[in-house]
Amino acid sequence: MAATTSADRPAALAGRSRMSPRRRAELSRRAQYAVLLVLVVLAAVTVDWARLGESFFNIDTVRALAPRLPGAALNTVVYTAASFALGLALGLVLALMKLSPVRVWRVLATGYIEFFRGIPALLVVLAFGYAVPAAFQVRFDSVVLQIALALGMVSGAYIAETLRAGMEAVPKGQIEAARSLGMSSTRTLVHVTIPQAFRIVLPPLTNEAVLLVKDTSLVFALGLAVSDFELTKLGRDALSRAGGGLTPIVLIGLVYLLITIPLSSVTRWLERTTGYKGHV
Amino acid sequence: MTAPATATPGAGPVVRISGLHKSFGDREVLKGIDLEVAQGEVVCIIGASGSGKSTLLRCVNLLEQPTAGTVEVLGVEVTHPDVDIDRVRARVGMVFQQFNLFPHRTVLDNCTLAQRTVLRRRRAEAEAVARKNLAHVGLADRAGSLPSQLSGGQQQRVAIARALSMDPALLLFDEPTSALDPELVGEVLTVMRQLADEGMTMLVVTHEMAFAREVADRVIFLDAGVILEEGPPDRVIGNPREERTRAFLRRVLDPTHVEAVTDADPGAAGAVAGGEAVPGSRPLD
Ligand SMILES: Nc1ncnc2c1ncn2[C@@H]1O[C@H](COP(=O)(O)OP(=O)(O)OP(=O)(O)O)[C@@H](O)[C@H]1O
Ligand SMILES: [Mg+2]
Repeated sequence: MAATTSADRPAALAGRSRMSPRRRAELSRRAQYAVLLVLVVLAAVTVDWARLGESFFNIDTVRALAPRLPGAALNTVVYTAASFALGLALGLVLALMKLSPVRVWRVLATGYIEFFRGIPALLVVLAFGYAVPAAFQVRFDSVVLQIALALGMVSGAYIAETLRAGMEAVPKGQIEAARSLGMSSTRTLVHVTIPQAFRIVLPPLTNEAVLLVKDTSLVFALGLAVSDFELTKLGRDALSRAGGGLTPIVLIGLVYLLITIPLSSVTRWLERTTGYKGHV
Repeated sequence: MTAPATATPGAGPVVRISGLHKSFGDREVLKGIDLEVAQGEVVCIIGASGSGKSTLLRCVNLLEQPTAGTVEVLGVEVTHPDVDIDRVRARVGMVFQQFNLFPHRTVLDNCTLAQRTVLRRRRAEAEAVARKNLAHVGLADRAGSLPSQLSGGQQQRVAIARALSMDPALLLFDEPTSALDPELVGEVLTVMRQLADEGMTMLVVTHEMAFAREVADRVIFLDAGVILEEGPPDRVIGNPREERTRAFLRRVLDPTHVEAVTDADPGAAGAVAGGEAVPGSRPLD
């Protein structure tokens, strides 16, 4: 059909190009629409919609699960916030170590970062859930602390690299201006470098927080009291009762989105309230 | 070092540089500089790109560490290993080509940050000093703005107010107008001229020959890391002795100049310097 029209056209340009780029793009677009149409038709005739609806959105399961969602969502948020706070503090220390003129500090920080970025976060969660209490004879009275330690140690490694990159991105002239006013290197760091680095890394830092929201799901591997359940653990619990229906997963997924999508817009809000973007 | 960072005014030069050498790796950028700047003196440093002007200026407040030689500022030998350089820097203001205002702080905060953290002034006092200096550079009404909301000329004037707020005994300027649009150069030079008139000791790297001619007490021509010629502006800019100075002046004063066409003519260079008035500057001669 379309191909013949282009073949009919006189070759305005000599050589291999038989079709203009615009014409090719147009053809490609039509082809994509065609594929989409075929898939939609196939889905409509083959899928058993009644069963699918039942499985994805079983009203009884929704009724049973709904009252427990706010508590679990709150736990997810609390675990995330605690882990992020710890990760941020740890990440800042590690970033400063990486920028230290003392080699030993740099090596230690690099070792830590490589280690915790290289192993699964689940492993660290398990360590704090079972291995650490057994090995050091400690009992975590607070589940929040236990989870924050595990996830904070992991996210600290990622945040450290982000912050270090941010601090290195602060223009040298900024540091020179501060030092030329008589500010010591520490004061320069506190008042000039770190605040600017944080603004530079706001987007990747938000990204890190979103990842952390999802990583709190790893605590499903721990034996938690029902009141400490976060979203995924709750979903898993409900799944075993829902007889294989997908409803809990859909519901839990939606609640996660309710947390993560607003989080992304926090970046934009912070950028607006801090009043400047990048450098002059 | 036991000598205080604050020397008594009038006691010796503000800056005394002797036998200053600076290398970056194998590349020697300053090859033995001797220079004194007296109290209240305005010294302009001119020279081609890469001749070491910025490096020389930055050796004064130790943003660059000299390779050899000594630098004394306000009676303190800053090249001495034991010196507390922060104390000296607090009294030596620096104005950069790229302004380097703190973009995350308001204009007022830019002017109070070092006062509060270094001089330990209370907020009220620091803000009063800052507002006085902002008024001095004609920006009293922009105290609450962020640097990004200001024009280049305004930003550079804030940078001057920031330096002034530390009550400096010496101001260093590194091509303060080179990053500005031509129509904004004048307002910055006006402020600098005013400071010179008030008796501020200034060391200024500049390509603004009309400004140097009018304001400088002394002009230094730096060439390949040495001071090739120095003296009163009318002599160095108006009637240079060295052929290399003349060649340099021809290039800055007339960028379209073709070397082969015009002969070295000291009078011509001077005439152009006088004729090419800086925007906002008073007429020369
Ligand atoms: N940090 C550095 N590392 C290596 N080389 C440097 C460094 N800073 C300056 N240089 C070199 O030293 C020489 C002198 O530099 P400087 O900036 O002092 O020149 P300048 O006279 O200020 O030039 P311009 O008019 O372009 O500002 C240049 O060749 C420059 O490349
Ligand atoms: Mg320079």
